[in-house]
Order: sequence, then C-alpha cells, then structure tokens
Amino acid sequence: MIYAIASGKGGTGKTTVTASLAAVWDGPLTAVDLDVEEPNLHLFLAPEITAEEPAFLEVPVLDAARCILCGECAAFCQYKALSLMGKTLLVFPEMCHGCGGCIALCQEGALSPGGRELGHILEGSAGAARFLMGRLRVGEAMSPPLMRQVKARLRRDAAGDVLIDSPPGVSCPAVNAVMDADVIVLVTEPTPFGLHDFRLAVEAFRPLGKPLGAVINRAGIGDGRVQDFCREAGVPVWAELPFSRAVAEAYSRGEVAARAVPEMRGMFLALMARMRGAAAASNPEEADHA
Amino acid sequence: MNAGIIAVTSEGPGMESMVDSRFGRAAGFVVVDLATEQTSYVDNGGSQSMAQGAGIQAAENVARAGAGVVLSGFVGPKAFQALSAAGIQVVQNVENMTVGQAVDKYKRGELSTSDAPNAPAGGNKG
Repeated sequence: MIYAIASGKGGTGKTTVTASLAAVWDGPLTAVDLDVEEPNLHLFLAPEITAEEPAFLEVPVLDAARCILCGECAAFCQYKALSLMGKTLLVFPEMCHGCGGCIALCQEGALSPGGRELGHILEGSAGAARFLMGRLRVGEAMSPPLMRQVKARLRRDAAGDVLIDSPPGVSCPAVNAVMDADVIVLVTEPTPFGLHDFRLAVEAFRPLGKPLGAVINRAGIGDGRVQDFCREAGVPVWAELPFSRAVAEAYSRGEVAARAVPEMRGMFLALMARMRGAAAASNPEEADHA
Repeated sequence: MNAGIIAVTSEGPGMESMVDSRFGRAAGFVVVDLATEQTSYVDNGGSQSMAQGAGIQAAENVARAGAGVVLSGFVGPKAFQALSAAGIQVVQNVENMTVGQAVDKYKRGELSTSDAPNAPAGGNKG
C-alpha cells in the first residue's frame, strides 16, 4: 500500500509525521521524499545513501543545417519551447515539458532527443526501510517530471508499504505526489492558517476518490475549528498529536519524535493502524470500480 | 521586417491608450505605419493567459504584424532573443505615456534601441 503524507499548508509536520511513521512501521517499507524542491526527510531518517544519479527530461536539440524552417514543431508546441522567428528556429529547452512531439513530427531529422537535467535521485536505506528521494536542480522550474522518475523506481520493486513525504500545497507537485497513493494522510494544525489550507487540500484531493484522513498536529494550540470542519466534511481524524516542547526539542536536534519522545511512539502506532484500516476498508470498493 | 512599422505595447486599441509597460503580457499592440500614419491593433490577450512563453508568443504576434520596431517598457530575455532573431529592434523603458506620445518621441529620435533585455524571465506571471 502507498500512503501519501500531504498537507495544504507548509510546515504543519508532514516530515515529522512521515519520519515517525517510518520509525514505528512494521513490515517492509520504502520511505520516499517527493518534496523534491526542498527535501528534508533525510535529515531525520539519516539514511545511508548507496546510489545517486542525475535525472533528465527529454528536450529537443536542433541541427540547424537540416531544418527547413517549416515551423511544424513550433506550431505543435504548447509551451513555446520552439519558435520560428524569421529565418531562425529558436529552441528554449528550459520551456520544454518533454512530450517528444516536436521530435516525432520533424520529417527532416533536424530535432533529436537531448536532456535537461532535472535534478538527482538518491537511493539508500534507513534502518530496515528502503529510502528514496528526489532533489530538484536549483533553477529547474518543473518538479513533476522528476517526481515521476522517482515514483517509477517505486514500481520497479514494490515490495511492502510506501510512505510518501509530499510537497505542500494543492498545485501540480502536491497532486502528483498523492495521485498514485492508496491512502492520503493530511497533516494540519488547529490554527486559522492550518484550517484555510486544509480546506483547500480536502477540496483538491477528495475528487481523487481515495481514503483520506486528518492528522492534527500541535493539538492544543489555536482553536477547535479544524475539528469542527472535519466533523462537518466527514473527514476522519486519525490522530491528534499534542503540542509538546519535547517534540519541538527533538525536532530541533534532527531526531525522530516517535523515537525521542516515549509517549509519541504509541500515538504513531495508533495512526499506522488507522491508516492500514482505511486502506483495507477501501479495497472492496476498488474491486467494485475495476 | 519594416523599420517603418512600429508596434507599441498598449493597454487599449488607440493612439490615446496608455503604453502597457509589460511586453509579453501586454493587452495588445498598436501597430503604426510611419509612412502612411495608419494604425491597427493586435490583441495579445492569448499571451496574457499563457502559463509560460507569453514573451515568445508576443514576439511572434509582433513579427506577424510585420513590425520592425517594438516600443515597450520591459522585455524579458526570451522575448528579446525571439525579437532579435526576427530582426526586430527593441526600445525599452517606455512607460507612463500614451501610445501617441511614445510614437512622437520615437519619430523625434528621442528613443534609442536596446541591445539587451531589461527584465528577468517570467517577470509578469499571474
């Protein structure tokens, strides 16, 4: 089963929750950091990295000598990665989304596949868990292509469960991180800011039709409006993690809350059980859809 | 490209409209034929709604209009490269005036063309 740990608002505790779940999880596990713009799960899980490879997006390379300036590629490209201006075909590889359409269209062989570096994919192990992360190249604007390549490595040897530390927000990267998951765990905090972005996340992710539950982090601060919203919207609250100085101190030292703070371990074990229960309950439903 | 035809980024369709200081995401272009004093308007609304590549699209629109000179406020690097490839001259830092005033300044030789863009890529997104 694939569990995506997501949130609308940044800084609610996705990585804290993911790292602690990884620490208490029983059975084979892969922990994945898909927050490729700012990965930080490794800071807590301290994995031993055994492989690091660059990842590339296929972009067109022009052989101007063969180009007959027909403009078909430029007319096809929706992203303005190619533009025919006067007697020059301009290529803007940084605009390319890597669909390969221009290369397929060119009858003259003037366009060939090249690569734009998206970033790096790192693999290793953290304790008993397999560890996987993507790290976007500084200056690269598109994270979903790199995220897809990280996820492709998941399917290759998909033994056991997967925990995905997702990027915040509700735009393409966030949706990309949760769309292949079996269960979505939304981490929020009981503040007006947490509620605002939590509502957006519920609105964005619910149409995916996956079991979705809330983890209310730093419970005890703010107000009760997140709980009220969950009740009204029918979002189950799978855990309320108390606002705790001990957890904050552990975090500041880069420690995993479930290991450093004894009473947290039981809470994350209970959360794991809720997540697994939701996954199991959704299975017959999936069979109906199939 | 005809250096006697100039395209001015504009908030509206006429000589009395204000210059739109954005190039790629300008509302449109007032195209002026200096020889005949005839003007026409090219809508650039399609570029405004693009997620990316507005500057390149706008440059294509200007080229299609047959202009040899662009007057605008801020032109980004890709738009500048595209305009240059088509042999279109670029005059930047034109703002806070009407299209007509900008054209008059150009005719009096008070505006000079640039050899480099004066804005970062993606400057006027969203």
